[in-house]
Amino acid sequence: MKPATAHEPLSHAPGARRAFGAHRAVLAVVPLLLPESEIRLPGLCQKLEELFGMTTRVHAGGFDPSSALDPSRGQYNSRALLEMLLHEARPEAARVLGVGGIDLFVPVLSYVFGEAELDGRVAVVSTHRLEPERYGLPPDPQLSAARLLKEATHELGHTFGLVHCREPDCVMHSSTYVEEIDLKLARFCPRCDFRRRAPAKGR
Amino acid sequence: MESVSILIVDDEFSVRDSLTHWFKKDGHAVDAAENATQALHLLQERPHDIVFLDIKMPGMDGMELQERIHAIDPGIVIIVLTAFASVDTAVRAMKQGAFDYVTKPVDPDELSHLVERATRQQHLERENARLRETIDGLGGVELIVGTSPGMQRVFELIQMVARTDATVLIRGESGTGKELVARSIHASSTRRYFPIVPVNCGALPETLLESELFGHEKGAFTGAQFRRKGKLEMADGGTLFLDEIGTISLKMQVDLLRVLETKEFCRLGGSRPIKVDFRVVCATNEDLQVRVKEGTFREDLFYRINVFTLDVPPLRERSSDIPALAMHFVTKLAQQMDKRVTEISPAAMEKLRNHHWPGNVRELANAIERAMVVGKPPRIQPQDLPFLAPLVSDLPGQALADVERNHIAAVLNQTGWNIKAAARVLEIDRATLYNKIAKYHLRETRNGS
Ligand SMILES: [Zn+2]
Ligand SMILES: [Zn+2]
Repeated sequence: MKPATAHEPLSHAPGARRAFGAHRAVLAVVPLLLPESEIRLPGLCQKLEELFGMTTRVHAGGFDPSSALDPSRGQYNSRALLEMLLHEARPEAARVLGVGGIDLFVPVLSYVFGEAELDGRVAVVSTHRLEPERYGLPPDPQLSAARLLKEATHELGHTFGLVHCREPDCVMHSSTYVEEIDLKLARFCPRCDFRRRAPAKGR
Repeated sequence: MESVSILIVDDEFSVRDSLTHWFKKDGHAVDAAENATQALHLLQERPHDIVFLDIKMPGMDGMELQERIHAIDPGIVIIVLTAFASVDTAVRAMKQGAFDYVTKPVDPDELSHLVERATRQQHLERENARLRETIDGLGGVELIVGTSPGMQRVFELIQMVARTDATVLIRGESGTGKELVARSIHASSTRRYFPIVPVNCGALPETLLESELFGHEKGAFTGAQFRRKGKLEMADGGTLFLDEIGTISLKMQVDLLRVLETKEFCRLGGSRPIKVDFRVVCATNEDLQVRVKEGTFREDLFYRINVFTLDVPPLRERSSDIPALAMHFVTKLAQQMDKRVTEISPAAMEKLRNHHWPGNVRELANAIERAMVVGKPPRIQPQDLPFLAPLVSDLPGQALADVERNHIAAVLNQTGWNIKAAARVLEIDRATLYNKIAKYHLRETRNGS
């Protein structure tokens, strides 16, 4: 795999915190076989910046997930992907988030929407099973984008040490099918939010 | 969902890894083992609520491990992991008490619900078990009966020492129940998932005791046709209980001391050292310190085993426990002998209370058994205990309490159990009368017995 060299800052959203941009932690966003026409990535990054107070950098070096592909299942092993993403990421990135359009699994489970290293640095999510068209429904880009944001936030929440939350509308509520994702909001409940900020995880 | 403790047993790394991460994100405590031995060790280290068990593993297979786990703690929920091809085995596992099975790869939704269902069921079972325990005492271990201060102290010490891995020396006259104490220590310790292996050192001649403890290789001596595993090996992971430790020969004392110090030994006729890890509990009815002074018990061995001493009082020093103990044996033996004996008459109980019991609890158990053989159901009478000569002349019912009880009973019977009337006759208030009725277990009976 080629080492990543090109990084470009993303949107330049206005705001007071922007002044401290240089000091904000970096969230590296790595696209994994996202369709060329994928336009929701900038929107996702902006929302994540607001939620986590981090600066997102979209990885532009290209990333080939094919060695995580399990040919017998036709799915990508998300635990292997996490390893690869960590390897690929620049050391200054406090968090690394892979965003893919590929079908993810972990060996013992039939599928996952995403995966993260609990209390770690790396997470991965995929739009693959979030699209209404996968379930025989008409496309709904807005719904897909909302689901992707929730799952990305959820998996990143795990990297901050958060475990699943009982609050049904908290983003850390566990969702094993898409309709459950729609029931929760793209925000942490006060308790999860407190836990996310409280411990000094100086990364 | 409530946070539970989960153990994953699977020889495949990717299964252990992915399940561990999955459950950790649900906020559960997760351990993983790649084989049965590791699993049993983890179960020994801390309690687990749910065990995910791969049914097909090299070494001890999942079915056998399932049996071991359930034999020790039937409360653990076992969920069988299976490849699609071995669903038959999984069904067999369920017949043996597994909670459910899942086929790999598992649907995440199914997995979440399964754990939730298992947790709920376990709550119910734990609740029931708690209720049972208040009746039965220490789970699988036979109940030690006693509410006397002496026995309360013993219970406290058992709980205190069980949490440590210290060597325990149990002292007490014969028949006081030292083995029960040893079993309680083991059952309350973290080693409870491994066996407690008792060795009665006094019951075997020296050469036999040697091979009993150390085992032997094939051909170690004439007649040793096959290899034999000794008690030291069998106690690996668990507790070795050496009863009547004072009776072993000086030569055996040397050998034993070496094992206790190095936790290593060779089978008789063998040369390969075997490592063992067990806790040692010894028992004696002798004063070992006197034996050390006499030179018949090694001082170094004495100090090695005399780390934590637990004295079991003789029965005569806890005579307040006699009624409960006697009733315990009546209930137990009635079931074993299929005899409908359900009570002990007050006079017979008085006789039991006043006996000196040189043979302690064991003698009491024997006395009850004899009385139940000769006596007529449903109650044991004084004449069923002819072999118990009272030490003091006993005129039953002459204690102040007995007089009070009889008087109250008489007044109640006169007034036809009219509480208000009886209280007025006795010149006490009704609350006091109710208390006395409860205290003396008085009951209204038609035939006035
Ligand atoms: Zn999650
Ligand atoms: Zn929450």
